[in-house]
Amino acid sequence: MAIGEVALEAQRAAALPPRPARLSLRRLWRLKWGLAAAAVMLLIVLGAVAAPWVSPHDPVRVDIRHRLGPPAWMEGGARAHPLGTDQIGRDLLARVIYGGRVSLLVGVTAVLISSSIGVLLGLAAGYFGPRVDWTIMTLVNVMLTFPFVLLALAVIAVLGPSLVNMIIVLGIADWPLYARVIRAETLSMRERDFVVAGRALGMSHLRVIFRQILPNLVSVIVVIATLQVARVIILESFLSFLGLGVQPPTPAWGNMLGEGRVYMLNSWWIAAFPGLAIFVTTLAINLMGNALRDWLDPHMKL
Amino acid sequence: MKRYALRQLLQLAVVVVGISILAFAILHVIGDPVLLLLPQNAGHEEYERYKKLLGLDRPLYVQYWKFATHAVQGDFGKSWYTDTPAFRLVLERMPPTIYLTLAGLVAGLLIALPLGILAALRRHSFVDSLCTGLAVAGQAMPIFWLGIMLIILFAVRWRALPASGYGTWQHFLMPAFTLGAFLAPLTMRLVRSGVIEVLGMDYIRTARAKGMAERMVVVKHAFRNACIPVITVLGLQFGQLLGGAIVTETVFAWPGVATLTVDSIRNQDFPVVQCAVVLLALIIVTVNFLVDMVVGFIDPRIRVGG
Repeated sequence: MAIGEVALEAQRAAALPPRPARLSLRRLWRLKWGLAAAAVMLLIVLGAVAAPWVSPHDPVRVDIRHRLGPPAWMEGGARAHPLGTDQIGRDLLARVIYGGRVSLLVGVTAVLISSSIGVLLGLAAGYFGPRVDWTIMTLVNVMLTFPFVLLALAVIAVLGPSLVNMIIVLGIADWPLYARVIRAETLSMRERDFVVAGRALGMSHLRVIFRQILPNLVSVIVVIATLQVARVIILESFLSFLGLGVQPPTPAWGNMLGEGRVYMLNSWWIAAFPGLAIFVTTLAINLMGNALRDWLDPHMKL
Repeated sequence: MKRYALRQLLQLAVVVVGISILAFAILHVIGDPVLLLLPQNAGHEEYERYKKLLGLDRPLYVQYWKFATHAVQGDFGKSWYTDTPAFRLVLERMPPTIYLTLAGLVAGLLIALPLGILAALRRHSFVDSLCTGLAVAGQAMPIFWLGIMLIILFAVRWRALPASGYGTWQHFLMPAFTLGAFLAPLTMRLVRSGVIEVLGMDYIRTARAKGMAERMVVVKHAFRNACIPVITVLGLQFGQLLGGAIVTETVFAWPGVATLTVDSIRNQDFPVVQCAVVLLALIIVTVNFLVDMVVGFIDPRIRVGG
């Protein structure tokens, strides 16, 4: 932070009425949706991590005698299977809990890969002048022209469907967004005093990029990455839904939805609950991301 | 205007070449067509022989050149599965995809425009919060799940609409709504913020001061001016819209390019996949170019600044 900004901050603090407790409460109240979403997300993550202990049944145990059992509150539902059972009698609640593992794993890993690629290329494009910029941004434009879904489908077609391939595909398909935002931020930061001063002091380019520019971009990166986890989860479930992602019998929300689709004439619950799980998760992540953005920097343009 | 058009055209050319390289690279660099064609138990010798037969032993740039020159003439090779030209297969499936995309666009606007304007006019009211909440929920909604839930309710439970297929206007309702729900959240936000911004302008105050009826102020002045950013972003989001159409097609078994692509992936029919990807990308690039032109025509600041 520049010295001028610190002084401004101090002035503003002096102008405000000195009631910090109420102020921070008001600030928290503004973030109420984000906090609620964070609580929901915490539950989902805990459920996924501790699945073997919290899940009522083994998610892959077949029980043909109790196949297509409706949820507990419906007629014919069994208390042992709160959300009912699927076409070969596996417990849906257990499968929904375990399914979170796949989605969260894929979401977080793919975002780590894509944000690393995107941030590095974005920094390079913004910092190293027009020629590098042109090359990288042309690549970004080409990739952004392709709908994300189409690109993922094309690559999966060649690599074949599997969990690892899907992470790779989503990781390499999703970087252009980061690159574009980071490039713009880097461009505007390159001329700022502290960067120019750093160079004048004899810092190397790499040191300027990683010690002076990058730390200022952390909040932007965190906000985009959070929101992208939700997007990646939706895409992951879509690929699994088509049978091009995680393969059965591994429970994943996407492939459960795909299997449930076949049985939707009589047993709506098989398709309904995995989809609801996807929806609640992405909603929680989006609300968290929005709150994070408002909290870190309300003027962020995303 | 001429210089602007030329510059955009040049950029278009670069992107088209980029797309062709990407489509080529996906099959030839990431994957290995020989391995995909041969049965798993084929020996090393057969592998080499086949590779030579297909011309895949030559340097990559020679192969790319062959691919690109053929592709320009609409020759993407024959489908490995049905032995008909891939280009024809894809072209036949194009109209349903285009109709679905247009229907989705209309549905999205029918949802987003009234809600967006209403939210802007009743800013900070209950209605506004409700609309914003809907937008947030809509953005998190996996539309393939939404589509399935619609089928379960409207086709299975109430038997009001056909569950899947293509032909009559009833077949359009659920897919169009699904795609519209995908497009609406972002559009609604744009309309809302656009109208709010325009309502604060001087000419709105002038119009009101003249004693113009509030409805006329909103319809004639505010809405029209708020449309410009909406059109721009919608045009640039066309790729996303087509992506949404791909998802929607697979849910409703819509006989468009996307279902063809997914089926071809299952059959490992790469010429068709490649052709579909390239053609869809070309459509997106062309639409983006046209939108750039229209926007540059409407708003001179863009063509000079850009």
